[in-house]
Amino acid sequence: MDIRLNDEQTMIRDTVRDIARDRIAPRAADIDRSGEFPWDVVDLFRKHDLFALPFPPEYGGLSGSALTLNVAIEEVAKVCATSALILAVQALGGYPLMIAGNEEQKARLLPELASGAKLSAYALSEPGAGSDPAGMQTRAERHGDEYVITGSKIWITAGGIADTITVFAKTDPDERAKGVSAFVLEDAQHLKGFAANTIHGKLGIRGSNTAELHFDEVVISAANRLGEEGDGFRIAMKVLDRSRPGVAAQALGIAQGALDYAVGYAKERKQFGKAIAEFQGIQFMVADMEAQTAAARAMVYWASQLIDDKSPEVGHFAAIAKLLAADTAMKVTTDAVQILGGYGYVNEYPVERMMRDAKITQIYEGTSQIQRVVIARDLLGA
Amino acid sequence: MSTDIPHRELTHRVAAFVADAITPIAAAMARGDGPSPKRIVESAGEAGLAGILTPEAFGGAGGSHGDFIQFIETVARADASSAVILDVHLSVGTEPLLVFGNDDQKSRYLRRLASGEWLAAFALTEAAGGSDAVALRTRAVREGETYILDGAKAFITGAGDADLYIVMARTGDGAHGVSAFLVEAAWPGVSTGPPLAKMGLHGSWTGELVLDGVRVPVANRLGDEGVGFTVAMSALDSGRVGISAQAVGIAQGALDAAVETSRRRRDAGSEVDADAIADMEARTAAARQLTRYAAALVDAGRRVTHDAAIAKLYSTDTCVAVAQSAVDLCAPESGAEDHPAAVRFRDAKACQIYEGTNQIQRVVIARYLLSD
Repeated sequence: MDIRLNDEQTMIRDTVRDIARDRIAPRAADIDRSGEFPWDVVDLFRKHDLFALPFPPEYGGLSGSALTLNVAIEEVAKVCATSALILAVQALGGYPLMIAGNEEQKARLLPELASGAKLSAYALSEPGAGSDPAGMQTRAERHGDEYVITGSKIWITAGGIADTITVFAKTDPDERAKGVSAFVLEDAQHLKGFAANTIHGKLGIRGSNTAELHFDEVVISAANRLGEEGDGFRIAMKVLDRSRPGVAAQALGIAQGALDYAVGYAKERKQFGKAIAEFQGIQFMVADMEAQTAAARAMVYWASQLIDDKSPEVGHFAAIAKLLAADTAMKVTTDAVQILGGYGYVNEYPVERMMRDAKITQIYEGTSQIQRVVIARDLLGA
Repeated sequence: MSTDIPHRELTHRVAAFVADAITPIAAAMARGDGPSPKRIVESAGEAGLAGILTPEAFGGAGGSHGDFIQFIETVARADASSAVILDVHLSVGTEPLLVFGNDDQKSRYLRRLASGEWLAAFALTEAAGGSDAVALRTRAVREGETYILDGAKAFITGAGDADLYIVMARTGDGAHGVSAFLVEAAWPGVSTGPPLAKMGLHGSWTGELVLDGVRVPVANRLGDEGVGFTVAMSALDSGRVGISAQAVGIAQGALDAAVETSRRRRDAGSEVDADAIADMEARTAAARQLTRYAAALVDAGRRVTHDAAIAKLYSTDTCVAVAQSAVDLCAPESGAEDHPAAVRFRDAKACQIYEGTNQIQRVVIARYLLSD
């Protein structure tokens, strides 16, 4: 038992670990090869009430503890990064509502996310505005009690399947950050003027749905605006403070999964008449992989605990957790491929998939370069 | 969560001690002309910190390992020499007595150590027995109610200034032929070499301990005959958490210097390497959390061998990398030997070596993962 977790967190971790091992691990290779979104995993999460993890009890959730959620994400990511992302994005799509939604919006929309009846997404990035979201071009023009949204979003996880999508758009195109507002789309896939094109050919997380969204005069009620006009950028950043430890947990799980596999392989694989685990060259690699993974876990749990404690330092440590865990996932999975040698390079073994899956964690929800900007700004001032 | 920040009163006491007693002497310690190790421990004693892990009944502060690492990190941020002096005194110098000592031994020595009246040292390493500690050759031959100790110990922190040495000596063959002894510096036959001229940690004395027919009463054997290696490994498990805290403090001290220089240069219109600062901060933060986790495991009574090795490996690799980056970011001023980044760079390197080299930490970690 990990002393950083309480009894409930330990119980949930163990439950998720069993589900992941028994039900998801056997599916992981096929999800990757087919590139098809695993609706069976969504059903599994629904059945075991895992979508409730990010949400507080008053809105149909379980605990709303970031640490609990992120331990669950870690467990799923050990066996399948695509499946872990489904859970992480359900949380990501729910955070804007939890952070900025009014009581009516939360009461109406959160329970169906917590049950998994509806899936959610978070639409911030644009073709011309990735690391610089304040440069977004999507417009939301107010007409009476409605807004008309026009523009495009890209790299939106679950964008082609989600029902409840938070979209960020400029209500004042002359402003940068101050001109951004946030809106919730309900039943998004059926809105007039909305089109989602699923993006194929990704390096990793291939079973995950990633889409480009087009808004051609999509009309939504002003009641679906989150917060005030101009609050959008602040909301988007607060969401990322909360969600980045989730990506970090995904990266941590990928690293742990690759390490576990490499350790098992090193004990079995014989060369020169003995297990390669007996060679110090392998031992030192494994020790470094373990130490880096342990460091990533220490940061993921710490950042998650800070969220649960409502610490003002969340943003700083969320960025550190994501930076370290993502870089660790990339390094550890690459070393795992190396330990397996030729076998590591082919898809009959899982570590090449893990290495491909790891890469995205250095990119989405703020590239590692952006995390460094966030971290350094806290120390050096703007 | 159980890796929480230590209690506030002690935190304040530590901060006041460092501000009053360590920061003012840090530059002198780095040069090697500061107060002696014993004087550092005396001043910690005056602040009620020389026995942070020792129960109050024996004159200590009754603190946790969480308190201990907070203390060592805070001292190391200001001066790594003082930190290693205090770390060795508190962890490998005192903890074996706390864990394995009998009531008589505790009552004879703990108060003097906890008050800072006496400085403690830990003598395991020998010239031919470093990473291979079991190869130690110092002999303890029993004659009635005394043991006669003969041999030499190498690289002993505090040698020459310590009052009490915990000495590992051979009473038989192999790992189970090692016993631990409490040896007073004042006893006939105990002598020490001059402090070594080290690359860093100039304020901490490191040297040879020579035992020439030293008569040690049986009452000063720590634990049973043959358990000395267990005593040593147990001490090192916890000691490594202390070294990890020292490394975090050194990294933070180096980062402080780099941040200060970078802010000043940026305000003067220069471009600065913010990415390097971010990486230094990220690694230091992770090292701190690993150290806290390992300390919390000790406090929870868990076996910590694996996680202490991880913390020590990661934190000490981090402090060297961070100190090197600090030297880079503060160049060319950091070329001066008394520059804060240069001092940290020299001091940091020792952390990868003592209390088990990082190669030994990797062996410990890999053995846990790869053996069945």
